[in-house]
This record gives sequence, structure tokens and C-alpha cells, in this order.
Amino acid sequence: MTRTRLFRSRSSEEKEEEEQQQHYSKHNITTSTGMRVIVPLQGVVQGRGGLFLGSVIPCALFYFFQLYLKRHRSEPKSPPPQPPPENSGGQLAEVSVSVLPRSLSRVHLTPRSPGGPAYVSGRANSIVKGGDSPHDVGLRKALEDPYHQSGNPDGVIQLGLAENKLSLDLVGEWLAKNAIFGEELSIGGIASYQPFDGLMELKVAVAGFMSQVMKKSVFFNPSQIILTAGANPAIEMLSFCLADTGNAFLVPTPYYPCSDRDVKWRTGVEIIPVPCRSADNFRLSITALDRAFNQAKKRGTKVRGIIISNPSNPVGSLLDRETLYSLLDFAREKNIHIVSNELFAGSTHGNEEFVSMAEIIDLEDLDRNRVHIVYGLSKDLSLPGFRVGIIYSFNDNVLAAAKKLTRFSSISVLSQRLLVFMLSDSNFIQQFIEINRERLRRMYIKFVAGLKQLGIECIKSHGGFYCWADMRGYIPSYSEKGELELWDKLLNIAKVNVTPGSCCHCIEPGWFRFCFTTLTEKDIPVVMDRIRKITETCKSHS
Amino acid sequence: MAIEIEQPSVGLSKVAVSETHGEDSPYFAGWKAYDENPYDELTNPSGVIQMGLAENQVSFDLLEAFLETHSEASSWGKGASGFRENALFQDYHGLLSFRKAMASFMEQIRGGRAKFDPERVVLTAGATAANELLTFILADPGDALLVPTPYYPGFDRDLRWRTGVKIVPIHCDSSNNFQITPQALEAAYSEAEAMNIKVRGVLITNPSNPLGATIQRSVLEEIFDFVTRKNIHLVSDEIYSGSVFSSSEFISIAEILEARQNKNSERVHIVYSLSKDLGLPGFRVGTIYSYNDEVVTTARRMSSFTLISSQTQHLLASMLSNKEFTENYIKTNRERLRKRYNMIIEGLRSAGIECLKGNAGLFCWMNLSPLLEKPTREGELALWNSMLHEVKLNISPGSSCHCSEPGWFRVCFANMSEQTLEVALKRIHNFMEKRERDRNLKVI
Repeated sequence: MTRTRLFRSRSSEEKEEEEQQQHYSKHNITTSTGMRVIVPLQGVVQGRGGLFLGSVIPCALFYFFQLYLKRHRSEPKSPPPQPPPENSGGQLAEVSVSVLPRSLSRVHLTPRSPGGPAYVSGRANSIVKGGDSPHDVGLRKALEDPYHQSGNPDGVIQLGLAENKLSLDLVGEWLAKNAIFGEELSIGGIASYQPFDGLMELKVAVAGFMSQVMKKSVFFNPSQIILTAGANPAIEMLSFCLADTGNAFLVPTPYYPCSDRDVKWRTGVEIIPVPCRSADNFRLSITALDRAFNQAKKRGTKVRGIIISNPSNPVGSLLDRETLYSLLDFAREKNIHIVSNELFAGSTHGNEEFVSMAEIIDLEDLDRNRVHIVYGLSKDLSLPGFRVGIIYSFNDNVLAAAKKLTRFSSISVLSQRLLVFMLSDSNFIQQFIEINRERLRRMYIKFVAGLKQLGIECIKSHGGFYCWADMRGYIPSYSEKGELELWDKLLNIAKVNVTPGSCCHCIEPGWFRFCFTTLTEKDIPVVMDRIRKITETCKSHS
Repeated sequence: MAIEIEQPSVGLSKVAVSETHGEDSPYFAGWKAYDENPYDELTNPSGVIQMGLAENQVSFDLLEAFLETHSEASSWGKGASGFRENALFQDYHGLLSFRKAMASFMEQIRGGRAKFDPERVVLTAGATAANELLTFILADPGDALLVPTPYYPGFDRDLRWRTGVKIVPIHCDSSNNFQITPQALEAAYSEAEAMNIKVRGVLITNPSNPLGATIQRSVLEEIFDFVTRKNIHLVSDEIYSGSVFSSSEFISIAEILEARQNKNSERVHIVYSLSKDLGLPGFRVGTIYSYNDEVVTTARRMSSFTLISSQTQHLLASMLSNKEFTENYIKTNRERLRKRYNMIIEGLRSAGIECLKGNAGLFCWMNLSPLLEKPTREGELALWNSMLHEVKLNISPGSSCHCSEPGWFRVCFANMSEQTLEVALKRIHNFMEKRERDRNLKVI
């Protein structure tokens, strides 16, 4: 592998970088010939070493893979079969599937007649008819017309996607350097069926990573880990396991927009929002939880659990020990579950300590059965494309059920093997975590300062890729409509995609989530400039 | 397990505690026995030989060879921050290059007799997910899909568990080689109606698992006419389409549709995967190809729960868009499977065992009904038990595939080396000889 070749014809490569393949648009630019692995894809390419990494990394991946195969070419042995069943009876389980009550109304798109199109389920219809939320529209626009410093300076700047590009170079470098691996496996080890809930080696590696990321405050047991293709299926699986159709989860607002889909869509489970207010800095109040629980009870809705995110998405705040203990007390009192989504645990940048739900569980107590943690590698390791989500539970029955469900959303063994190696390099991981945190902190400080100069205040946040900004002074009317009008201006005039609070079910209009991790420091003035254009014309007269 | 507690322990959902996951059937129990005592040529020659897992290991070397010779060529991608995109890419549309490669691969398998549009390819993490997803989309809880028996045991779980949808069997039997008849289709539909269950579609597997045979053109036409008449969907699971021993013998539903200028096609959805044909089940690659725009849109969004790792998509896009490789692979794979099939059929025949005439797949459908003590399910399970614990072969009993006639077994032959297959055949031979001897002794 000769690196000198990479720097050939730079200018033509730069040009091509701009011809980025659109995800949603009709005119797909295809550049692949039969041999090429890497296809120029649309994306917000910042140009920082992108070229170099873009050529070296895929090369490294391939070098890695073919070297791996070369070293371990031996007789493929039969893979381990499915996880063994609970009871090895000689009988087929006689099962009657209970008819679950429909929670979605059926809507026929066209009248049913012979020759007319066949029926599509209520679940499908609700999606097709639902149309696109601002969250989706914004993402799409940003993808269709992405900002690029030199190539597309008027494009849409993406501040609506909680993705961390700040430290990708570190991961890339690691891949370029490391083609070392020590497992004794043949292609059978990558190609064959493996346990759907993930390789044990990866579970061990992930347990170690989780511990490192949380500053070694907790020890995670690999056998309590279920791996799945991303955090979305992890949440959906827990929803399936902990609640029946028609049951509900209490979720403090504002919450991450996609939770609606993950928790409710196919499961038929409800979300009962528990409002948090700006007066409390959007902190969770047990009183509000209690009120929501009782209201649900009166309505005849069975509440099965609480879903929290810590660090919070979209606010970015951390739950302190006291609140976590209170939550546990509350859950114990009502005999319900707690799902703690700790996806951004490693992306803290403030001075407050992050406390995982795992840390405060009293291991001797019954409480273990009600606590489940969701984690993933998309945020803390910047690898959403690899699709790695984690359910960490103390409840054996939940683990057993979730394990069986992983067959529907299992991680590619190829990616698992690669990750085992990466995660096992603890020096690299330690370095990565530290540098990433530092970069996050810098960006956060600069970005928030920039907003402050415009007169926009944010809730003090200690984690996550975003800040929760108070734009109440700029909305034409103190309502969701007013908020969406501002959002629209920001998207279509200022060409900045941000997430409006209404998408996050915030009860107070005027709050917006700004993600800053897809930017470089150079972009900040550009962003602020654009926002200023809107804020200057939008000061509400009150 | 759980410790004894006084307070009621916090509850789980019906889905979590239901047994619809089906993992308590012999189909899976046999795997447990294998797991505890797996055969190994050198270290455990008397262990259980796994013949219950439909996995294709006969063509690994072709995959390896490709990857070794194409690593350099594929890495000098012009422009692009490949790794950056790779690492961050999580768009449920999937990589266009990969979708194109899949569409082209599917066309090649069908000898170019059908065209596939990459825009209709929806990616999922395996065909298991694809089947479940389609069920979520096409039916509501309490509705039913009609599925011809015998069928893949996993359907009980994949189609029913979380979806709450029922399966109503279309009964097929050996009198006509288990082919689907219009009468059987009507009977199943009526059965559902009588139980007040709405039928939403028919799901066929072509080539069939466990029969190991393709569905004939006339039968496909009949099935398509049936679903059109009833205004329901047709899901055609064609995951073994590349494992047909002779290319000309496989007719895809796609061909039927093209012959009719795609009239009424919006009710048809094809499921495919690389787990069987390409022997890459670990990669978790499945697809839904739907002729219905709405289904494509919804399936795409729902695939958020089951995305394929971008790294895997990249790798496979390169492999599958290389026509030279795919042509050679498909051809060679077919030949090797045919050879294996012939080997096992001959071996079984010389032991006095007949199989259904097959022409596809990674398994054969073996008839052991003459050996049954009683022609019942219990008799079949008793025989299955003997095979597992005495002969040390894990094969799948027909009852776990809901076969209406006892005595049939699915035997996989592609997940082992030729030597191991010979060992297995020898054991069967010895078993049959012993039975013959025992019978003769009884007579005397």
C-alpha cells in the first residue's frame, strides 16, 4: 500500500467531492465502476483531511480484511447454532397468539374492489398519511443542499442532526495504523451465523468501553448485554418487552423526536409526556411524574415505565444522584420499569459528573429487575453507520426475551469483528475519549458564546452534541405556529436546519435544539451571521 | 433465575413471555444437542453432525479469492471521504451503489429474465427482518397470512410473534409432490373466513424450504390469479433463488409479472437475502423488493429498526457489481450444490431411503415414513429422537415444518465438508442396516 499515490490529481478529486451523491434527490450521481468500493457520497464534507482519510481508510479496511482472511484461512468449521431454547421438550409449543387490540385506526387509501390495490395495514398507513415532520423536512433539505465552505457556501447548514464529526479523524487514523488482530478464525468466523445478540468478544469489549466512558465509576457485566443494530431497535425492543399494546411509558419532555417512532409505532404502546419547564431549567420533577401517573390511572391506561435520557436529548443536562434515587423510589413505589437512555454518556463536556443508573442500583435489592439501560456506539464513538446499539439490563427475563428479538436487528459480524479490535485498544480508546471530550467542550463554549452574542441564551448543558436555545424573543406569536414560522425562516431563508421544540414535544414554544458537532470552528461565524439575519428581523414586539 | 421475593416482581409484556418465538420446538432442540456435542472430524468423530442448519459453506473459497485479489483496486476511490461517509452513513435508503449491485445480482440469478429497479430495493438486516417487516406492513394484529405447508419453522416466529398476525396453512401433500393447488388455496381462505379472520396475503417460498424444489410456472400463475381475485398480497420469499441447481428451472414471480406487463403487480413483494446464495448469513443482508410504492416507502422507514452496517454495504457493493465474479460464483455455486445433492441422494438411496425430487436449496426432503412405528406425529418424533441420539444426526422433523404427513425430514447438506457428509451417510447406512437386521430377527 503506497501512500504517495493518494496525492495524485488532487484538484480533480476535490471537484468530485463537491459532486456529492444526494440521498433523497432524483438525480443520483453514480460514479462506481465494478471495482470501486468507495462511492462519493453526499455529506457535509469539511475537507479536514477528508481526502486523505477517504483514500487511506477504505484501503486500510480492505487491507485489514484481506490480510485477516489470509492469516486465518483454514477449514471452515460449522458455526455455533441458535441459542438453545429454555426447555428441550420434544413437543411443539402449542401457541395461540392472542389478538392484540388495534391501537391505530385503519384507513383505506382506496376503496376495496377487485382489481383495486390491496389493503395496507393501519401501521403502514399512519406513516404514509402522516406526512413529514419539520424534523424530517429539515433533514431532507440539509441533505439535498448541503453547505460546503468553498463548494456550496450558500447551502443549508446542518444543525439538526446529532452527529459528531469532531473526532472522526482519530478513528480513521487508528484504522489506518492497525491491521493487527489475533483471533483464530476462518472466513467462517465472519460469514457464518453467529449469536444474533452479538459476539461475546464484542460484548466484553463494549462492557469495557462503557466503563471507560463513564470514567470507571461502574463495572458492566458482559453477560447482561444484548447487542442490536443501533439504539433505535434497542428502544423498540424494550418497548415490546416491557409493555403491551395500549400500555404507556412516562417520558419527560422535551424528548428526542424519534422516540415516538421507536417506542410507539409498531408496538402500539403510548407515550405520556411529562412536561418540564424552563422555570426549572427543564429539570425533571417527581411531582409532575406522579401527576401524570395518576392521570393515566384515572383514564384506565396502565403505565409500564419511565423512559429518561441522561445526558438529556435535547436539553443536554445531566441527572444528579438525588434525582436518580428519587426516580428509583418512584418506580419502586409504582412497581414500574425505568429505561435510562445513556447514549451520550461519553459525550459530556462540562464539569458536572455523569452518574449512570447502573451506578446507583442497589445490587442487593429487587430494583435491579426494573432498570434497563440503552447505549450505543453511534454517539460516543462517532460510528452510527456501523449500527451498534446496546441493551444493558439487570432483569434475566428481559434479557432472555430481548435476546430472541435480536434476530430481527442483528449487527453484521464483519463490523462486530472490526469493533472488537478497535475497542480492545484501550490506549487508543482512552485517548479518543479524552480528546473528543475536549473538542466537544471547545465547540460547545464557542457556539454558545456565539449565540449569546446574538442575544440567544441556552440552558447550561453538560453533555450531548447540542444546546437548547431560548428563541422565545424571536417567534411571531407565542405558539407552536409561531415557533414553526421561525423554524421555517431559519431553514429556508437563513438556510440553517435546527430542530424546533415542538418536535420534541416541549410545552413551551420558542425553544430550539442546535447541534454543533457537525461544524468546524470556522463555520461558527458563518452560522451566527445567518442566524443574525433572521433574529434582527424577527424581534417580537411584546 | 429470579430469587424468591415477597412483593410482586415488576411485570413484562405478553410479547416477552409468549412462546410464539417458537424456540421450544424440536427444530431448535436438535441444535441444542449439537451444541452440546458437536461433531469434529479429528477431535470428536462421534459427535452430533449438524444437518438441521441450512447454511451454504460450499463456496467460501470463491469469496475469499475475490477479496484477496480486489483489495487494492477497490481502495483508491476517487475523491470522497470514504471512511467519514462510511462511519456516519445511516440513511435508511441504503447506499445506492449497493442497491444497484443487489438489483443486478438478482437479475443475474434469474438469467436476465426479469428486471429489478434499485429504487424499489429496501434493505434490512436479514430476510428474517424482511419477512417480519412485510407482515407488519401488510396486515394488522389478528389478520392472517396463508402459507403453504410444509414451511420453514422460523415463520411461526418471524410472521407472528411481534406482529400478532396469524398463519393459516395451505395444506399440501405428497400425492402431487407437495405442490400448491387452487383447491388448497381456496380451502385455506375459506377456513380463515369461517374463523372470522381477515386474510391479507399469501406467502410462498420459492424455491421451497423445506422441499428443496422450485414452484412450477403454472402453479405460480394460479397463485397470482388467486391473490388478484381475492385482492390480497403475495409475498414471494426467493432467498434460495441462486441455489437452484439448474438456472432454467427457476421461475420467479417477477417473470410472471413481466409477462403480464406488470398488471396487478402492486400486490407483489419479493424477499431476498445473501445468507443462502452467497453463504454470508453473518453479514445480515436482506432485502424487500416491492412493486408497491407505498410499501416501499413504509418499508424504508421501518427499516430504521434493522439497518445494514454501512461498512458491509460498501464491501458487498463492490463484490456484487463485479459481473465477472458474480457470474462465475453463481455458476460454480450451482454446480457444487448439484454435486452435493446428487451425492446425498445416491447415498440415501443406497441405504433404501427415498427423497422428494428436488432441484434447489441447501437440503433435501427425505421420506422416512416406511420406518415409522406409528404413522403419527409422535411416531415421527420418536424416530427423530433416535436419529438425534443414536445416529447422532440432527435433522429437522416434518412436524416442525407443519407437514400434514408424518415421516418426512429435512436434511441439510451444504453446511459441511464432503468428508463429513460421507460420515453422515455412512451412519445412516449403518442405522438402516441395523434396523433391517433387527426386523429380520423379529421375523425369525
